[in-house]
Amino acid sequence: MMKANTHKTKIKIVDLQKEFDGHWVSRGINLDIPEGLMTVIIGRSGEGKSVLLKQVIGLIKPTSGHIFVDGVDITTLSGNELNECYKKFGYVFQFAALLDSLNVYENIGITLIENGMPYDEVLPIVKEKLKLVQLSEDTLEKYPSELSGGMRKRVGLARTLVTNPEIILYDEPTTGLDPITSRVIHELMFDMQKKLKITSVVISHDVETFKYADKVALLHDGIIRYFGDAKTIWESDNPYVYQFIRGLTEGPITKEIPYFKDKA
Amino acid sequence: MIITFVNFVGKSALDICSITGEFTLFLVKAVITAFTSQLKVAKTFAQMNRIGVESLSIVLLTGLFTGMVLALQTYIGFQRVGGEQFIGAIVALGLIRELGPVLTALMVTGRAGSAITAEIGTMIITEQVDALTTLRINVFQYLVVPRILASTFILPFLALFSMFFGIIGGYIVCVYVLELSPEDYETSIRNYVELTDIKGGLKKAAVFGFILSWVGTYKGMYTHGGARGVGIATTQSVVASSILILITNYFLTKLLEHL
Repeated sequence: MMKANTHKTKIKIVDLQKEFDGHWVSRGINLDIPEGLMTVIIGRSGEGKSVLLKQVIGLIKPTSGHIFVDGVDITTLSGNELNECYKKFGYVFQFAALLDSLNVYENIGITLIENGMPYDEVLPIVKEKLKLVQLSEDTLEKYPSELSGGMRKRVGLARTLVTNPEIILYDEPTTGLDPITSRVIHELMFDMQKKLKITSVVISHDVETFKYADKVALLHDGIIRYFGDAKTIWESDNPYVYQFIRGLTEGPITKEIPYFKDKA
Repeated sequence: MIITFVNFVGKSALDICSITGEFTLFLVKAVITAFTSQLKVAKTFAQMNRIGVESLSIVLLTGLFTGMVLALQTYIGFQRVGGEQFIGAIVALGLIRELGPVLTALMVTGRAGSAITAEIGTMIITEQVDALTTLRINVFQYLVVPRILASTFILPFLALFSMFFGIIGGYIVCVYVLELSPEDYETSIRNYVELTDIKGGLKKAAVFGFILSWVGTYKGMYTHGGARGVGIATTQSVVASSILILITNYFLTKLLEHL
């Protein structure tokens, strides 16, 4: 089992397995996510990184295995207990997943609005979160279709911050963005994590992310093949890491585009 | 050969049971949500506007021309036996008891039922529904219940408009095209149309509104496979709703008439 030694474990994943129609995408994932740090999960497209994240937040039910959050096994919870546990989480989607029919104000404040909070109480909270993600108040009335990709991701992050989560899961936050906007998003994530002491789990293909991360895990063939410090990843002699971060075609990671494989 | 056939029959039977179960459980969840969580009133009214008010023009046109055609066809038959004075009653009863509710439901299915599926389906494939879930917003309370309630409530009103405009259409044809007596038209309606006929038609419309929104939301929530998946789900939604409405209409008629 891959462990982080110096920090308290926030999320502990134990022998997590996920099967889709006879194909195994997670084959026994073991991983300890340290509290208050940024952990990046890397791996080729189609390796099941998003599936892993969605199992953690409960959007996909694992076939077997356990996910402990602050020592509580969330795979055994249901109803209100599970809902309470998920209050600790925020999720930033790959393409932001903003609601098309709502403007920026409504998107960011949706949780508060749906809980019946009046407009004059929601507005200052929304403005505060908007400022945190470095967006101007001019955007409040705009609809998602009027925003750029980078702005949408920032709004998605602001929407997540409204719930004051202890853990934020980022699903490929810089995919499709230019290098400058990617850097802005990375710095924003880094700032959020340091300022708000949030435990961050980031799925990324972008090696730039290592500059901001504390820990890196590499997922290949449904198993975590490496877990270690981000600062020393370029010195790692782990063959999977060595091949992946240098983009080499030769090595233990096969050239074929991965697809869900039989467990055999 | 025989084994393949048995396999096919077995798989088909299992698939039907699975889909029926899924469809029923979806409704059970919606009903439980409707009774256990606060109704999103603003969203329900917004859906009434989208499903009802925005469908009004096509429903009125459908009703008007159906009434006009019905008057023409009835005239062709009734003039042979000298029963032209009953055209008003036939047009009104046909529209109130059957054509008004059924055609309204079919038109709304094509217009609003498909839109319900396409909208929710697009939200599914673009992860907007997942986003709502991660924000701990009850998706059934937010998306499904307002649409089902709105559709069930608004369809009788639409059907009522359709019936009224159909009767007006019949009147126009009888009086201005066929040059029959307007008094005969009105009198036959007064003599032969009862309040129970209207109640029955409105009950049917409510059931049809429920069906088209149930199928529409279900198909939307179970959309998969990208833009093509949304297209397939939308088509299936319209086809399934239309067939269910026509089948239910038969059994409702039997039930309402105690036949």
